[in-house]
Amino acid sequence: MDKKKHCVKLSVQPSRALMDEKFIVLVQNAPPGFQMTIHSLHHSEDGHSWEAFGHYTADATGTVNVSQDHSVGGTYSGVEPMGLLWSLRPVPGSKPHLRFRKMNVQTPMEVTISVYQGHQTVFVDQVQLASVLVERWYMAPGVRRIPVTESNLTATLFLPPGPGPFPGVLDLWGGGGQLVEYRSALLASHGFASLALDYLTPKITLKTGKMVENDYFETAYKFLQQHPQVSGSRIAMMGLSFGTTMTLKMAVYSEVMKLSCAVCISGSHIQPVNATVEEIFIMFDTKSEKTRISEENEVIWHDVVLPVPTDPGMKADVGRLQCPLLLIVGEDDQNWAAPESAQDIKEMMEQAGNSHLLTLLSYANTGHLIEPPYTPHTRASRFKPVGSNELLVVLWGGETVAHSRAQEDAWRKTLAFLRENLYSRKNSAVTFTSHL
Amino acid sequence: TREQAYPPILSVYPSRALVDEAFKVLVENLPPGCPVTVHSLHLSEDDNYWEAYGHYISDHRGSVSVSEDVSFGGTYTGKEPMGLLWSLRPVPGSRQGLRLRKMNVCTPMLVNISVHCGHLVEAFRDQTPLASVLTERWYMAPGVKRIDIRERGMRGTLFIPPGPGPFPGLLDLWGGGGGLLEHRAALLASHGFVSLALEYLTSGEIPTARLDYNYFEKAFNIIQDHPLVTPDRVGIFGLSLGSFVTFNLAAKSTIINPRCCVCISGFHCHPYRSMGEMIQTNLNKLHVDENNYQIWRDMSLPIPSDISKKVDMGKIKCPLLLVCGHDDQSYPAVELAEDIAQMVHAAGKDHLLTKVFYHGTGHMIEPPYSPHFRATTFMAKTKPKVILLWGGQTKPHSDAQEDSWKKILAFLQHHLYSTPNPRAKM
Repeated sequence: MDKKKHCVKLSVQPSRALMDEKFIVLVQNAPPGFQMTIHSLHHSEDGHSWEAFGHYTADATGTVNVSQDHSVGGTYSGVEPMGLLWSLRPVPGSKPHLRFRKMNVQTPMEVTISVYQGHQTVFVDQVQLASVLVERWYMAPGVRRIPVTESNLTATLFLPPGPGPFPGVLDLWGGGGQLVEYRSALLASHGFASLALDYLTPKITLKTGKMVENDYFETAYKFLQQHPQVSGSRIAMMGLSFGTTMTLKMAVYSEVMKLSCAVCISGSHIQPVNATVEEIFIMFDTKSEKTRISEENEVIWHDVVLPVPTDPGMKADVGRLQCPLLLIVGEDDQNWAAPESAQDIKEMMEQAGNSHLLTLLSYANTGHLIEPPYTPHTRASRFKPVGSNELLVVLWGGETVAHSRAQEDAWRKTLAFLRENLYSRKNSAVTFTSHL
Repeated sequence: TREQAYPPILSVYPSRALVDEAFKVLVENLPPGCPVTVHSLHLSEDDNYWEAYGHYISDHRGSVSVSEDVSFGGTYTGKEPMGLLWSLRPVPGSRQGLRLRKMNVCTPMLVNISVHCGHLVEAFRDQTPLASVLTERWYMAPGVKRIDIRERGMRGTLFIPPGPGPFPGLLDLWGGGGGLLEHRAALLASHGFVSLALEYLTSGEIPTARLDYNYFEKAFNIIQDHPLVTPDRVGIFGLSLGSFVTFNLAAKSTIINPRCCVCISGFHCHPYRSMGEMIQTNLNKLHVDENNYQIWRDMSLPIPSDISKKVDMGKIKCPLLLVCGHDDQSYPAVELAEDIAQMVHAAGKDHLLTKVFYHGTGHMIEPPYSPHFRATTFMAKTKPKVILLWGGQTKPHSDAQEDSWKKILAFLQHHLYSTPNPRAKM
């Protein structure tokens, strides 16, 4: 046995953390100048293995600190404290077009971090020098997860610990439907009572075959408003992709919903005004002749909503918005013409005189799926839109490094925006310290 | 109320941590210049409430940072990032002599941190706080394995770090209170050492216990024989009576060869067949304080000069770290350590010995942020309840726990992990 073998000491701090918190990966006690690979491995809920790795050289004290040292190769390079997470990708031999998504938020994402001798690229039969286990949580201790089925809602409420009352967030995902909880769980871990709402495949729709209408969202809003631990006057709405379409619809037109602010990610305001949810959904005809197919047979739906209509009856009238709006778009979004829509939104609001409400974050080389930080980037994955039986490979876009930086930046700014609009006292220039 | 419409935001980072890791407690979104109390509450496994609190004033941005700001009152004062843990004490109305110990190390210690309006000194649980969060404090890092050891007549628990190994090992020995205490071994495994917490006295056995050194040698061998342990990198960690055992093994054993030893609050002088005999022989020197807490310290004085009454510490062969408190009221630990140092010096082995003494520190030097207890019940099972004075003042004792743990880990890391320098002074 190599005498050096037992000397290498690996530590990750903190070993248990929230999904959006950073960690420090430290290797000590290696021989000076020792070449090593630091590797991460995760077995996902759907039975796939994801890995990432960086190539390092120990310094004169025999130390590698991933937060400070350069990776000279692997799935990421340069100084990347969190590269072992955001550059995770399916191991060789995996099915193609996988997407990382944790559906059970009550257990942590477990990642094994290991050290191997030399600069390796294949790990199957390699001997580890050291290895530790790291837990990444969506739910902070004390966060309560409450399934909601009243009033025909299909939703999950996440409440922060403590007496409250807390500001509320109505949280919507996109055209794939289902009840996706992880962003709401994370928002509750940051002090927001967050309601993850299934509005495309709720039980009521599966039972009746009919899509929900505006009042479904208003019911969800009222549920939050009336909840004893929610501040009824401080409720925000947040949507991604088709969720943006719904968010803008409600923010602009609902008489019932008085939102404190709205966050719209990777979406657009393009929708027939006064239409039902179903009518709008159908409008995004996924078989439209504007659908393009890439060389790798990936579906590109970017052009479906283009050109941006000039007819005001085909766009939510954002000039009427009365609450702050945070728009987040990726300039390489291949699924939705979000940057083009954002430009049009900006112009409409400037003309209407309410553009002081708008914050637009536009990220270069960033794709459609702008997820919480360190979520592995997927450029294209299998996707089944609601109402279709076809499982397609959809191109989301984005270049991994830029996309990952955008996720980190957008999340921090989203939390700051929500805190500013839902928590802060008026007339005070509040800057929030953040651990992120 | 208007104030309620703008609740403060309370955060603890990291929200889940090992018990020896520091956290940052931050309150934001308060009105500027607002007096608040930051409060911690813990319900122990034996159903007692422990609490701590500090009095703060928010800055112009409405923030209080427990790591950066000064507490003006409460169970701790001054700039104390971890005061909410180490100054925990039983809530008013609790029984005397309580000790906070986590027996089940597989689950975290849950601490509720909350912020209250104003500078409160009592009745915290009758008030709704402005905000509260929960934080988890773990003895076991993720991936650490816990294994019951019941072989060769041994009773103990083995903790194994995650990873392929091999790892250095530690035999972990507690004191005369007996029983099986796992928390330090679990924490040591979380730092990369295969650790065996060994039971060698059942609780209450003290008055009649006799120590059988074969038992400890066998336990040491069990660690060495484990496939994930490097056999020549096994050390011993003892506290109190556990240190006495360690001194004996280090100086006299011909069967085992510990790589290094850590001894907290130890004594090398115990010329009795049992603790019971020691007490009987020295009853005239057994004092009590104004609360009727027993002070054992003087029973060990004067330290005999006759070497046959002591462990001959000149015979140790491995590096030894001695950690003691000047205010130890159960044993004159510092005087005993100086006596050990003289014997080691006379044998020309100064280079093996490191002594660390702390002022204001008592006998029970535990891992960092463990609440300090100046006196607790001892021998609860066999006799009418006795409360022993351990000594120490909370603030200096807590500082000593923090500082000594760092030094202990560095010492163990150096001797058990680092490749030995061929030109080391050995």
